[in-house]
Amino acid sequence: MAKLNDVVIKIATVNGTGSASANGLIMKSLFRMGIPVVGKNYFPSNIQGLPTWYEIRVTADDYQCRSDRVDVMVAMNVQTYARDLAEVIPGGWFIYDSTWPRNRQLGRDDITIVGIPLSRMCNEHFDGARARILMKNIAYVGALAAFMDFDLDTITALIEETYADKKKLIASNMEAIRLGFDYANENFVCPLPSKVEAMDGTKGHIIIDGNTAAGLGCLYAGATVGAWYPITPSTSLMDAFRFFCAQYRVDPETGKRTYCIIQAEDELAAIGMVLGASWNGARSFTSTSGPGVSLMSEFLGYAYYAEIPAVLFNVQRCGPSTGMPTRTQQSDIISCAYASHGDTKHVLLFPADPGECFTMAQTAFDLAERLQTPVMVMSDLDIGMNDWMVPEFEFDEKQIPDRGKVLSAEELEEMESFHRYLDVDGDGIPYRSLPGVHPKGSYFTRGSGHTRYGAYTEESSEYKDVVDRLLLKWETARSLVPEPEIEFSKFNKAAILSFGSSHGACQEARDRLAAQNIALNYCRVKSFPFSASIKEFIQQHDVVYVVEQNRDAQLRALLMLDSDADPSTLISLLHYDGMPLNAGFVVRKVLEEIAKGQAARGLAK
Amino acid sequence: MSYISKPKIQHPNAPRNKLGLTSRDYEGAVSTLCAGCGHDSVTAAIVQSVYELNIEPHMLAKMSGIGCSSKTPAYFASQSHGFNSVHGRMPSVTTGANAANRTLTYIGVSGDGDSLSIGAGQFVHAIRRNLNMCYIIENNGVYGLTKGQFSATADIGSRPKKGLPNQQEPIDPVSMAMSLGATYIARSFSGDKEQLVPLIKGALMHKGFALVDVISPCVTFNDHEGSTKSYAHTRKHYHNVVNADFIAPAEEIRAAYDEGSAMSIELHDGSKIVLRKVDQDYDPTSRASSFKYLRDRFNAGEIITGLLLINEARNEMHDLMGNVDTPLSKLPLETLNPGNKELKKILSRYR
Repeated sequence: MAKLNDVVIKIATVNGTGSASANGLIMKSLFRMGIPVVGKNYFPSNIQGLPTWYEIRVTADDYQCRSDRVDVMVAMNVQTYARDLAEVIPGGWFIYDSTWPRNRQLGRDDITIVGIPLSRMCNEHFDGARARILMKNIAYVGALAAFMDFDLDTITALIEETYADKKKLIASNMEAIRLGFDYANENFVCPLPSKVEAMDGTKGHIIIDGNTAAGLGCLYAGATVGAWYPITPSTSLMDAFRFFCAQYRVDPETGKRTYCIIQAEDELAAIGMVLGASWNGARSFTSTSGPGVSLMSEFLGYAYYAEIPAVLFNVQRCGPSTGMPTRTQQSDIISCAYASHGDTKHVLLFPADPGECFTMAQTAFDLAERLQTPVMVMSDLDIGMNDWMVPEFEFDEKQIPDRGKVLSAEELEEMESFHRYLDVDGDGIPYRSLPGVHPKGSYFTRGSGHTRYGAYTEESSEYKDVVDRLLLKWETARSLVPEPEIEFSKFNKAAILSFGSSHGACQEARDRLAAQNIALNYCRVKSFPFSASIKEFIQQHDVVYVVEQNRDAQLRALLMLDSDADPSTLISLLHYDGMPLNAGFVVRKVLEEIAKGQAARGLAK
Repeated sequence: MSYISKPKIQHPNAPRNKLGLTSRDYEGAVSTLCAGCGHDSVTAAIVQSVYELNIEPHMLAKMSGIGCSSKTPAYFASQSHGFNSVHGRMPSVTTGANAANRTLTYIGVSGDGDSLSIGAGQFVHAIRRNLNMCYIIENNGVYGLTKGQFSATADIGSRPKKGLPNQQEPIDPVSMAMSLGATYIARSFSGDKEQLVPLIKGALMHKGFALVDVISPCVTFNDHEGSTKSYAHTRKHYHNVVNADFIAPAEEIRAAYDEGSAMSIELHDGSKIVLRKVDQDYDPTSRASSFKYLRDRFNAGEIITGLLLINEARNEMHDLMGNVDTPLSKLPLETLNPGNKELKKILSRYR
């Protein structure tokens, strides 16, 4: 906390009380003051009345993960008062609503407890129950502004932008800000020592969640058909796509839409629609989460075997079964890699932040059409629903989307005969034709055994011919998927390997460990099948700590299966309690493993 | 599904349609269904329908799920794309296919198991969306490929070859579709091609969800004494209440119709369906009265056939959504992304 702009503020509220806009206001104010921020929302699977928290990490070093400590707690929820109090680190601050008397049993000598009568002030200044509840949240922003030295002009500008269409609300929001701000200034010494200071650390950046970024990515990829079934935490992805389409995909002359979003009756239907649309030549996708993928599995196997492109966003949540729908995990790795019965495997992409949700949405469509197979973008709740500060997205207008091997009417006309599953180019990828183009292109798409010519078969050799060719295609996929991010020094014999939302915590952990003279190389896997460079990276090390957010070391298992990695090299560091990964966990686990290794070699004290 | 390809020899004087194609051009591989299967008659009726409608083969998409009925798209229109999907999921695949390209003619062939048991959910929702397709159920009351289990359309008291009679309420796809607001509902019998062909033609040209429920007996597992889906039982109990004649656009109505009993309905493409009501009390444009009529006759043990309901007023899926006429799959990708300059504008919201 001694460091400048290195502080964690956590706000405990009741869900359904409108605290999200207050918390967003704090995030954006800090961001506009040029201070890097990380926002994490810990919310219940509920609409109203249950505890919810928002955690804002102010990080001058621009780390991309939550912290494992709380410096300032704003305790607005009596239900969680005791646990919120316990969470503050010694020397920290605890701000609570002092309208009602506090249980004297609940106290701590090692922190500063600050009471502000937020409810009383708001009840006196605002009319109506709803307004009073909402303004109480805005009032704590005002108090925090005083304590943390937020820039009031920035807050004012944000409120004016937010309520540009509802001018009345500007005045009431500003009044609430003032209530909190003035009370804090009049009754306490402000600002606190752990205040923030404006800096220049957010230029060229935006604050966005992964689902919005992915929805935007689909717009830019030229997706026209989105079929889905609502499921937490993926719902806001299709909502975002719809939002952007409403602006950019409506013919100005006719008012007609150049997109089609279908809310399906279930996930089985959603993926069926995606396959139908892709088969017919549209860029089509679905967004879902683990339970949805389970339901889609039969069709995913079909798409693998009949070779139909499909893009699926899996915003992973805590399993198994219904699990904890509003908690995060990376636990669908194996179920997605091998979704469906029989010998099937699927291309996976692992975005690490919203920026990659945007770019990988486009990569996913290119790969799906090039490889004629499903591609799953493995996001998670942490990436999908939390606010991330990331570099502003760029769209490369010169890059031509890859539509893969699709025959035109002219090409079909000139061909003597067209055979759907024939490997003409030796890369395992056959040519496909679209319905409605040319009678010569017609073929019968089927999930039953078929020959290289597309005809039904129960002949062993003809069946094997096709499934073996699919393996060749898998090797082609390996050469086309995004390469891993590798940081390598030949002096280091140990490394961390991670993927997706574990990335930020691993990077911070490496810095912290380096400060203790433990230098670790790094490999961030971006896709499955694994590139040859991943195999090579593992072979270059004595120890590779595989960091992942699931119980069963799923990525490690995949590395053994697909990259033939030596299991004795791969040590798992597993975090699976549903909360986003933090660097402290990784540091602790690495140190434990090093100690264990030393003990094994007889070096223990 | 097994199939045997058919030799491509044509009679030089075979009649040709407006596209210069013979009906052989609309055939497919040789059927591998049991000899006498009702489904083969339905296949023949489909061939005749698409030939007479002059549908360009590559503009027809044949969709199906799993089961004996779902094998049949391999047996017609070999120059058309086919999609033999997974069990009970043909409606969703067709929904997506149609979403991507609304200019194709979609014919889905399904069965009573595929549509009313495993696929009941998808069947229902395709109707709700008024998906523009011709949806044929080849209805025989049993699972053929798994050797004779009852399906959900088996009537109470109908006897299987072995075991006890069915005691569960049957699902009637026609009254189900009626309650869901399907815009074209017909029932026919595979043994009555004269009735079936115009019903399929109307269904293909109707803009919206068109159901044709065809009683199509299973000669191997459900054609015995005591079965209510046998040829003999169907012949004895089926009643045609509304005959439908299909008249192509610009074609004249030549037949003489009785004043009062005939009713002409124009479809979106200009073709007409002339309804000849056998029962004067029946009104195929009224959902409420036709539903009651159907249930009453059903309870009396009759199988009511004909064009049972038609509603040309309701919009199909794309028009309900307000989508462009151009197939979405044909929009050039470069016209679909707003470009980098606009991206900057979009992202300014996130600062």
